[in-house]
Amino acid sequence: MSQNKVLRIKSLYDIPREELFISGHGLCPGCTAGTIMRMLTKVTGKDTIIVNATGCVEVSTTRYPYSNWLVPWLHSAFENSGASASGIAAAIKAMKRKGLMDKNKDVKVVVVAGDGGTVDIGLQSLSGMLERRDPVMYVLYDNEAYMNTGIQRSGSTPHGAWTTTTPAGKVWRGEWRDKKDIAGIAAAHHIPYVATANPAYPMDMINKFARGLEVLNEGPSFIQVLMACTTGWRFDPALGITISRLATETGIFPIYEIDHGNFRVTFPVMKRKPVKEYLKLQGRFAHLTDEEINEIQKLVDQKVEMINKMAGKTVIGPVA
Amino acid sequence: MLEEAKRAIPLSTNHAIAYAVKDLDVDVISAYPITPQTTVVEKISEFIAKGELDAEYIHVESEHSALSAAISASLTGARAFTATASQGFALMHEMLHIASGLRAPLVMSVAMRSLSAPISIWNDQSDLFNARDAGWIIIFAHTAQEAYDTIIQSYKIAEDHNVLLPVMVGYDGYVMSHTIEPVIIEDKEKVMKFAPKVQYPFKLDPDKPVSIGSITPPEYYYEFKYQQVQAINGSLPTIEKVDEDFGKTFGRNYGLMECYMCEDADSLIMANASYASTLKAFLPEIRKQGLNVGLLRLRVYRPFPLQKFVEYTSDKKNLLVIDRAISYGAPYQGPLANEISGAMVKEGLKLNLISVVAGIGQRTVEFEDFLALARLAHEGRRHEETIFYGVRE
Repeated sequence: MSQNKVLRIKSLYDIPREELFISGHGLCPGCTAGTIMRMLTKVTGKDTIIVNATGCVEVSTTRYPYSNWLVPWLHSAFENSGASASGIAAAIKAMKRKGLMDKNKDVKVVVVAGDGGTVDIGLQSLSGMLERRDPVMYVLYDNEAYMNTGIQRSGSTPHGAWTTTTPAGKVWRGEWRDKKDIAGIAAAHHIPYVATANPAYPMDMINKFARGLEVLNEGPSFIQVLMACTTGWRFDPALGITISRLATETGIFPIYEIDHGNFRVTFPVMKRKPVKEYLKLQGRFAHLTDEEINEIQKLVDQKVEMINKMAGKTVIGPVA
Repeated sequence: MLEEAKRAIPLSTNHAIAYAVKDLDVDVISAYPITPQTTVVEKISEFIAKGELDAEYIHVESEHSALSAAISASLTGARAFTATASQGFALMHEMLHIASGLRAPLVMSVAMRSLSAPISIWNDQSDLFNARDAGWIIIFAHTAQEAYDTIIQSYKIAEDHNVLLPVMVGYDGYVMSHTIEPVIIEDKEKVMKFAPKVQYPFKLDPDKPVSIGSITPPEYYYEFKYQQVQAINGSLPTIEKVDEDFGKTFGRNYGLMECYMCEDADSLIMANASYASTLKAFLPEIRKQGLNVGLLRLRVYRPFPLQKFVEYTSDKKNLLVIDRAISYGAPYQGPLANEISGAMVKEGLKLNLISVVAGIGQRTVEFEDFLALARLAHEGRRHEETIFYGVRE
C-alpha cells in the first residue's frame, strides 16, 4: 500500500513548489515536454525512479556531465522501457521482502517515453509490462512523430500531417493513415488506470498523474500526454499551450480517463471548434486543401461519436 | 575422493546452473524460453514455486526484455540472472553492449547454439562468438560441475567493485545442456559466504539520486569506453584470485586456461566446452596412436589470458585451433583462430597455426574425427586456409 498521501490539485496554488526536474535542459524553446516533466516530478515527489526511453527528453536533459533530474534516472535503450521498469519494480519487491531495502520506503517507478518508443518500437515491451501488472506508471509524451531524429512519421502521426518521411507532394499528401489508438491498446490490458492528458489543462493532467501513482498497488497505469512540438509541428514557439488547448477544444485529442474500466471524459466540450482552427496554426498541415481538411474533420467527427458512445451520453458536442 | 563422489547428484548442465542460481540467492530472474536453454529457467521456476528460492521471476515477452530487466534490476541493487541461447541471444545483442556499458554486474548463462538461417536448433558456438566484442567477461565451462562452480565465481567477479562487468558463462547446447553428469552441489550457506551480495555502488536510490545512461558527447564518450577496456583487462587478476579462492573453499578450481597432457606434447589442440571434455577422454587413446598431442582448453575467453597462452604454447610446434563458429570472409574463417594469429604476431610466437572449423550445426565429431584432427596437428604441415572439417563439398 502507498504510504504517501495522495496529491489532489484543486488550484494551481496546490502544485508543490519542490523542483525535481530543474532548469538548464536543452529542449527546444517552446517545447511543452519540459512543462510536462516538471509537473510530473512535482507529483511523483523524490521517492521515484524514472526510466526514460531514448528520445527528445532523454537527450535534452542528461547531456553528460549534466542532468536535469534530481530523482534517480535510468536510460538504457529505445524499445525496452516497459521491461526496464519491470526490472526495477521486481528488484524493489524482492529486496524489500529479503530485507535488502527499507520495507517502509514507497519508491515509485515511472516511465517517460515518446510516441516512437511507445506505440512503435516499444509496444511489445510495454504490453509485457502491462500484462504482468507490474507496478509502473507509464507516461507517454506524444509529439506524434520521431522528433529526436528529425520529424519522421511514427504510428502516432495523425492523418494529413507532413513529416520528413511523409512529405507533401503531387503523390503523397502527408501521412495518409490514422493515428494509432495507444490508450485503447493500453486499456485492452485491463489495467487499473488509463488516461489521456494535455498540459493546457495542468490541474487535470496533474491529478491524472496522481491517480496513476495511487493505483500502483493494484497494477500499472498508462497516461498519454499530448506534447505539442514547435519544431516538428511547425508553429510559433509561443503557441504550444494554445495549440494544445485547441486539440481538446476541436475534439482531435479528447482528454479522458478509464479508471477501473469506468470511462469518463474529464474535459467535456459542448461547443466543439472546427478542426481547421487547430490545423491552421501548424505548418505540418499547411499543404492541406479545404477538401482534405474536411476529410480530417470527418475523421474527428467519427472519433467524437465513438467517445460519446463510450461515455453513454454526449460529452463532446457538435462543431458549433 | 570417494566421499566427494558420494556427494554428487546427477544433473544436466542446465540444471546445475539452476542450482547455482538458487544457492546464490539471486533476487531477480528475467528470462524467456529458448531451446536448449529452457530447462535452466524451468528448474529455477520450480525452485521458486516450491519456496526453495525467494526471488522475483519476470516472465518477459522477449530476450531483449529479459536482459533489459536484468540490467535495471542489477542497477537497482538486486542480484540478477538471465539465460539464453541462439536467436534469443542474437535478439539481446543491443542490450549486451548496454549491460557492459552501464557496468551492470549481472550473470547470464548461454547454452550455445547455431544461428538461423536456415534454422537449426542444434549446437555450435555461432551465437556466443558473435558477441565476443560486447564487453562482457566470457567464461566457457566444460563440465556441468564447472558450470555450477563458474556461475558462483561469476557473481563474485561481476560484483567486485573493481570489476563491475556482466559475466556470461558459455557451454554447449544439448551436448552439455541436456546431458546428465555427476555434480556436487555445495551447502548454500557456504556458497553465500564465498559470494556474499555486493550491491551496485551507484544504484538507483532516491536517497542518492544518480542519472545512469546519459547521452555522452564526443568529449566524454571515448573515456567511458576506455574505462571499460581498463575494467575488463584489469579483471583478469580478480578472475584468477576468485578461482583460486574457490579452490581453497570448495576443493575445485580451473585456472584461466587449462593445458591438459600438454607438458610433453609437441602439438596442441585448442578447444573449449564439450570438445575439451571429449578430448580429455580421448587423449590417452590418441597418445597410444603415437600422436604427441595435448589439449589447450580455452576457459576464460574475455579478458583473454594472453600470458597463460604464451606460457603454454611458447615451446610447442603446432597449434590446431577448433572453431565452432564461422567468421565469414575473414583471413581465417574461424574467429578464434583469427585472434590466435594476432596473439602470435603480438608475442612473436613461431607456432604453426592450423585453423579448423568443425561441429557446425552439431555435425557430430566422433573419436575418429578427433583422431584425424590430432593427426593434422601432429603432422605439422602448413595449412594456409581454414580447414572446414567434415563438410560435404
